Formats: sequence, structure tokens, C-alpha cells
Amino acid sequence: MSRIASSFFAGLLFGIGLVLAGMADPTKVFGFLNVTAAWDPSLALVMGGALLVYGIGYPLVREWEQPLLAESFCVPERSEITGNLAVGAALFGAGWAIAGFCPGPVIVALGAGMDAAVTFVPAMFVGMGLYRFTLGRNVEPAGPAPREAGVDA
Amino acid sequence: MFESFEIVNFTPVSAFVGGLVIGLAALWMMLAQGRIAGISGLCAGVFQPRAAGNLPWQLAFLFGLLVAGASSGLWAGEGISSYGLSRSQPALIVAGLLVGFGTRMGSGCTSGHGICGLARLSPRSMVATGVFMTSGFVVASLITNLSGGAL
Repeated sequence: MSRIASSFFAGLLFGIGLVLAGMADPTKVFGFLNVTAAWDPSLALVMGGALLVYGIGYPLVREWEQPLLAESFCVPERSEITGNLAVGAALFGAGWAIAGFCPGPVIVALGAGMDAAVTFVPAMFVGMGLYRFTLGRNVEPAGPAPREAGVDA
Repeated sequence: MFESFEIVNFTPVSAFVGGLVIGLAALWMMLAQGRIAGISGLCAGVFQPRAAGNLPWQLAFLFGLLVAGASSGLWAGEGISSYGLSRSQPALIVAGLLVGFGTRMGSGCTSGHGICGLARLSPRSMVATGVFMTSGFVVASLITNLSGGAL
């Protein structure tokens, strides 16, 4: 299986999970974040289910010498808590509450043709670009090392 | 605040099952490709020319998310296209900018920090998740209490 097919499968499964869980419903997300009245705690169980599977599976997989379709594991190694981390997370949380969308579910919602997602997604990419070319202009791009570029893609 | 607190619309089974599926998908990315399923990072791949060789599989993952949404009418009742929250266009644009900028500045979102990072016991992800959840709780409560729930 190529990395392209594998990634497509992962994205499709992830998206199906998001829809089943209710994460792609902005009203449900807002109902979860809106803790001060008429609270819907469902989404806490989404995180619980996902953490159960990933929390058990991840340590087992990391015992392997390498993943099935790649030469090595590529996980973030940083551990320092920075101001950027906290401020960025706070800004993200505010946007999440305003629209009821975070990045995965809004892409799923865009695929379904949800009106709000058609407005939100371009703004989200503009926001990412704004960071990349302002505060983030000197930050090493996260993720893949160049040597992996293009391998069997 | 808290005067009318009650639990509403609780859907524990579908939420938990959906969470299991999300966890499986994220685990697949790790066991097949050795990668974190961090969706804001995948989206931002288009701004990282240095890592351009990864763009094809990043786009494939995003395409999978789009297909999940586009096909939801076939397997999720009436689908999700009619979902919505009462929000003006300017509010949606501001929210999109905040989510895009904030997830890059904070190196991740609900998937990369909230699921993968927490499960890996990453201190950065624990802090980020605590902060974005708290921020979300505060802002949603402000919206409810100051503007009656609409923006």
C-alpha cells in the first residue's frame, strides 16, 4: 500500500469517527464548551474513546523498529513549555468556541458542503499563512526531515 | 452563571464509539507511517516548502476527511450538511483566523495535542490541551452570558 492510499484511508476513517462522535456538529461542540448552562458533556467521551485506543496502541507500536510504510517514526521531541504554545492554544480555543469548528471537523464539514465551513476554511488557511509569514517566519518548519521527501510517495 | 445548570443532549454511546474510531485512525497513521495525526499540521503543510515531498500524503489525508463529509448522507442519517450554529459571516472569519493562527503558534490542535500528544504523555500537549479547553470554556460561556448565544 502506498503512503497516499494509507493516508487517504486514515483521513476517511478519522472523518467518519468525527461525524459519528458529533465533532462535526458545531452546535454540539458549542454545547460542550458552554459549561455554564445546559451542558452537553458528550465530547469528553470522544476524547476518552480516542485516548483509550491511542494510549494503548501507541506504546506498543513504538516498540517496533519501524512503521509499516516508512523508514522511521517521526514524532515531536520538544518538551519545553513556551509562551507561543500557551498563547497559540488560547487563541485556538477562542476560535473553536466562536465557530464550533476545529481543523479536522471543519474539513469534514466542508466536504459535506456546510455553509459555515465554506466561510471558515479559507479564513483558517489565511490565519495559518499569517503566522507562517509573521511570528513563525524564523521557526523551523515542524515535521518531516528533507531526506524523507519523496520516498515512495 | 451556573444558576440553570443541567445536562442536555447527552449522547455518550455515539461519542465514545466515534472516539474509538478516531483513535484507530490516528493509530493507523502511527503504525503505517510513523506520523502524528495532527490535522492543523497537515493543513499547514502547504506553507512548508522545505517539506514539499510530504505534501502528497498530507493532501491525501485531507481528501479522506473531505470524502467522509461528502459521503456522510449515505451512512449518517441525513448527513451533516444542514448542521449549523447561528453565526454571522464576520464571526466565522474571525474564528477561522484565530484557529489557523493559533494552531500554528501553538503547534497543534485537538487532534495533535488533544489526542496524540496526551496519549504520548507529552508535557507540551498537556499544557496546550489544558489551555485551549479552558479558553474554549471561557469564550463559549462569555458568548452565552453576554450576547445570548449568538454572534
